[in-house]
Amino acid sequence: MERIIDSQLDVLRDKLLLLGGTTEKAVHRAMQSLTQRDSDLAQQVIDDDKVINKMEVDIDRLSVEILALQQPAAHDLRFVISVAKITPILERIADHAANIAEAAIILNNEPEVRSYVDFPKMAEIAGEMLQAALDAFTSEDAETSRKVIKRDEEIDKIYDKVFGELIEMMIRDPDSTPSAAHLLFVAKHLERIGDYVKDICELNVYLTEAAFIKHKKSIKKLKKQAKREKK
Amino acid sequence: MKSKISIKNLDFHYGPNQALFDINLKIKEREVMAFIGPSGCGKSTFIRTINRMNDTIPIAKVSGEVLIDGKDIYAPKTDVVSLRRKVGMVFQKSNPFPKSVFENVAYGIRINRMHSGKSDLEDRVEKALVDAALWDEVKDRLNSSAFGLSGGQQQRLCIARALAVQPEVILMDEPASALDPIATQKIEELVVELKKEYTIAIVTHNMQQAARVSDKTAFFMLGKLIEVNPTEIMFTNPEDQLTEDYITGRFG
Repeated sequence: MERIIDSQLDVLRDKLLLLGGTTEKAVHRAMQSLTQRDSDLAQQVIDDDKVINKMEVDIDRLSVEILALQQPAAHDLRFVISVAKITPILERIADHAANIAEAAIILNNEPEVRSYVDFPKMAEIAGEMLQAALDAFTSEDAETSRKVIKRDEEIDKIYDKVFGELIEMMIRDPDSTPSAAHLLFVAKHLERIGDYVKDICELNVYLTEAAFIKHKKSIKKLKKQAKREKK
Repeated sequence: MKSKISIKNLDFHYGPNQALFDINLKIKEREVMAFIGPSGCGKSTFIRTINRMNDTIPIAKVSGEVLIDGKDIYAPKTDVVSLRRKVGMVFQKSNPFPKSVFENVAYGIRINRMHSGKSDLEDRVEKALVDAALWDEVKDRLNSSAFGLSGGQQQRLCIARALAVQPEVILMDEPASALDPIATQKIEELVVELKKEYTIAIVTHNMQQAARVSDKTAFFMLGKLIEVNPTEIMFTNPEDQLTEDYITGRFG
């Protein structure tokens, strides 16, 4: 016999996946607007962010309703909690996409300062990670989630490289500083998206195994981070 | 914290029907353990073995050990009256005596000869009523009939009656199932307060109640103890699929 809560949990899952898909699209289109210098597309990404904000509120409302009226326990509870925590993460990823689009509009009005070779790679990895994280959420696959978490290091590496190159460019050619600064922000947005996807994966592990794995950075990783910050 | 109650290999039969199967369980001192499970799963039968309430059923047969403070309460020399003073019980339906509020609480103190005079008796009755969070509501009507109290007050009077003889363990068999939400909340607050001094075993059909008041929860099904774990584990990540299915309403 189907429980009353089952259909509500299905609706909640569908709404989250729809938000996830829309967010993925926003990131992809924001990067496209930058690399193809398409300001109209950038403007669309900015405008569509309002739709994503509405989706977030809708999921919040349904999550609260299920918690209050169905009083879920065990896996059901972990599911609602995970959705309620993943939702604002997706919304923030979409905010980063909108910020990239805003930067694109500014940069598209300036002469191209450098080719964006590394940016599409960063965006590609972030997009793959996001898609894999949402798939792992649907299939409740903790193992894949853990693998996706590791991929964030790939984004971090490219970010370090891009950061160094842009600083060098500003020193070498002070006229490029305003554009390079915007590109620095773009790189940072992509790096943050990687971090957020990591957070989603940590929640996937919580959903599947009831294990809290966040804030458990290895000493090796902390040392590596300290070294990077020193540079 | 040491174990107040230890159950070892407990079997229970009603005539030819086995109601409990090889139960092994420990309840620590000043711990609240909630017992949940579908109707007829044996949870009430189980807590009644802790103060030998099932002795009154002629066809009942118990085997295994129930140790309180390390002593087997089913040993032949056990004084059952003294055991029931040490292990008090509160039932689903409040059952005050047809006497005044004062006499309901004073009764156990008198028959156990625990008081040294009238004033001591009054002090003990007052303390029991205060501990049962009822004093403020009845202090001006101590000589009125207990039947004039509301359902929730009558239940707290029964708790006061159990507390008056200074028990160490309190067994509660669905103490709030017949009460409205406000009275239920008072009983739950009382349980949380009482655990500072007493070890409490509470049977409940209300899983949210188990979640709110207990330190550990035990899940029974068909006479078997399926799982016992800290309550927060039971309600967020139970070990056994049967527990998960029960608490998420997939059966029961």
